[in-house]
Amino acid sequence: MNFLTSLADRDRVFDFLVPAQSPVDVRHGPILYLEDVTVSFDGFKAINALNLTIDDGELRCIIGPNGAGKTTMMDIITGKTRPDAGKVWFGSRHDLLAMNEPEIASLGIGRKFQKPTVFEALSVFENLELAMAADKRILPTLTARLSGAVRDRIDEVLETIGLAELRSRPAGILSHGQKQWLEIGMLLMQCPRLLLVDEPVAGMTEQEMERTAELLTGLAGKQSVVVVEHDMGFVRSIARQVTVLHQGSVLAEGSMDQVASDPKVIEVYLGAEAEEEVG
Amino acid sequence: MWLTRPFSERSTLIFLGVLLAALLLVTALHLAVPRGHPLHVTAYTVNLLGKYLSYALLAVAVDLVWGYLGILSLGHGAFFALGGYAMGMYLMRQIGDRGVYGHPELPDFMVFLNWDSLPWYWLGFDMAGFALLMVLLAPGALALVFGFLAFRSRVTGVYLSIITQALTFALMLAFFRNEMGFGGNNGLTDFRDILGFSLRSDATRLGLFLATGVALALGYVLCRAIVASKLGRVCVATRDAEARTRFLGYRVERVQLFVFVVSAMLAGVAGALYVPQVGIINPSEFSPIFSIEIVLWVALGGRATLYGAVIGALLVNYAKTVFTGVMPDAWLFALGALFVLVTVFLPRGVAGLLGYRVKRLKRRRQDEEDTPTAGREATA
Ligand SMILES: Nc1ncnc2c1ncn2[C@@H]1O[C@H](COP(=O)(O)OP(=O)(O)OP(=O)(O)O)[C@@H](O)[C@H]1O
Ligand SMILES: [Mg+2]
Repeated sequence: MNFLTSLADRDRVFDFLVPAQSPVDVRHGPILYLEDVTVSFDGFKAINALNLTIDDGELRCIIGPNGAGKTTMMDIITGKTRPDAGKVWFGSRHDLLAMNEPEIASLGIGRKFQKPTVFEALSVFENLELAMAADKRILPTLTARLSGAVRDRIDEVLETIGLAELRSRPAGILSHGQKQWLEIGMLLMQCPRLLLVDEPVAGMTEQEMERTAELLTGLAGKQSVVVVEHDMGFVRSIARQVTVLHQGSVLAEGSMDQVASDPKVIEVYLGAEAEEEVG
Repeated sequence: MWLTRPFSERSTLIFLGVLLAALLLVTALHLAVPRGHPLHVTAYTVNLLGKYLSYALLAVAVDLVWGYLGILSLGHGAFFALGGYAMGMYLMRQIGDRGVYGHPELPDFMVFLNWDSLPWYWLGFDMAGFALLMVLLAPGALALVFGFLAFRSRVTGVYLSIITQALTFALMLAFFRNEMGFGGNNGLTDFRDILGFSLRSDATRLGLFLATGVALALGYVLCRAIVASKLGRVCVATRDAEARTRFLGYRVERVQLFVFVVSAMLAGVAGALYVPQVGIINPSEFSPIFSIEIVLWVALGGRATLYGAVIGALLVNYAKTVFTGVMPDAWLFALGALFVLVTVFLPRGVAGLLGYRVKRLKRRRQDEEDTPTAGREATA
């Protein structure tokens, strides 16, 4: 019995120490590849022949007016929405369209939702505990114990997201900005290969935004990050590559300065903002 | 070890202590205090309390799925009844040739229907071990099949509640039929012995009462162990944000299925302990109303606490006994009124009332810990 417990224990620590060995194969190209993806809701094409490639270790910003299909695109990648047509590949080995949400999540694709959804009845610490990369089948979850290594890892992430002091409080009492941080923390606990981050700075103060920018740029390289954001200042501060989405397909792609000077982009998106700024 | 974790929780120790004290007290007052003395607990009362305890176990099973997983099952009476029928079949076989017709093998109702041999599904029920296994497997298998279909197609919320009602209603209709071989609308009754002890003796009644108390304690600890584990936190996460839990990589439908099956088995055990104490099992235990009543006990006692379910089951059933003695027709109205009052004035049930003072103390302590840091953050 003791032997079994110690075996199980060692396994768990082991699991955790090897940071999410995602089986994704990126030797022959991008980590994420979307080709001619189309989705329509009651005849309305929310995504229209969308092509997108994300390289391994890249930090990509996706911008676009409301209703451009940014969130829907993330729904497709994570298996929440099934496209009517097209291909979605994770590395060169995994066809995401043939998998369901938990399978995709365990492949190493983590997601932060536009509207932060944390588990309000659970404490901040427990939220991170659940998010942690681990064996998520029933029996291992039932018998899981908080090992020292796990605790340390959660503490580390608590420090990173600045919620260490609130660790034992229910997540329901957090402010909107703090919930965003907790969501990012939950994402970090999963050690994903690819992070999909939907509007991370909504409801944040300037300082919080700066820290978020630091955090996300710090992640790039080790992990691939796709950020959807409306806040232009924020995008400018983190982006190397920007993709502009409009009516469900790519309108422009390039550095922030390139897309900002693209007349098509100015017309549909930045124009509106520029006018606002002028006006 | 995950199963022993509850023994380090204060609330569980208090619960077990109170339960043990109550069991010992009733036993002492029944055995040691002479009959006729005002403090004497009669065999009738012991029997009644044993019945309440089996209801309490049933309520704990419902709270596990409803309180922690958010699955409002309005069909748990079916699992309770199936466990009860498995026990009833064993008790029928124990009658042997002492039935009215004196048939050496067939229960009276089969002789009456002119059957000449036992149906295959009655085989083995003369063995206590097999019957006990069926007490767990029959409700467990039904929950497994039903849950597999329902959770796989992501049926939750009101729809799930409605189909659980349909499930128990369909079973009730089926068990009413004589051809099913479960005694039709009379059910199974006229039991004599259990494990060789006469069901009519006071000692057996006391034994059944104590066994039910022990089963409640074990069931409580099992549920607590699940709830206090990481899986328990996954349950709460599923209850509050199912889609989010899926994106974290948990197979929500499997978690639901697992907990649902455990809960159904506990309900089956409760039914098996109930039947020898009331002396009959018939299709009325499958009635949709009964399943709704169970949920009311849990709601009144306080959801998602487990001990609240126990309190609710005991209180409501005690009230029911008293009330139906005085005004039998008014009971359902009284129950309805009680339910409305509690939901309005005590949204978290009786347990919420108990937990309130503890929480307030804890919160105050926590606020004292938090305030200096909150201040620090604000100035940073
Ligand atoms: N489940 C759905 N059913 C019907 N229409 C939908 C659904 N999901 C999205 N849509 C529509 O698809 C379009 C794209 O929505 P999406 O949420 O992807 O936009 P977005 O780019 O994320 O916008 P925002 O910047 O406002 O978050 C919208 O017009 C939306 O109304
Ligand atoms: Mg969106």
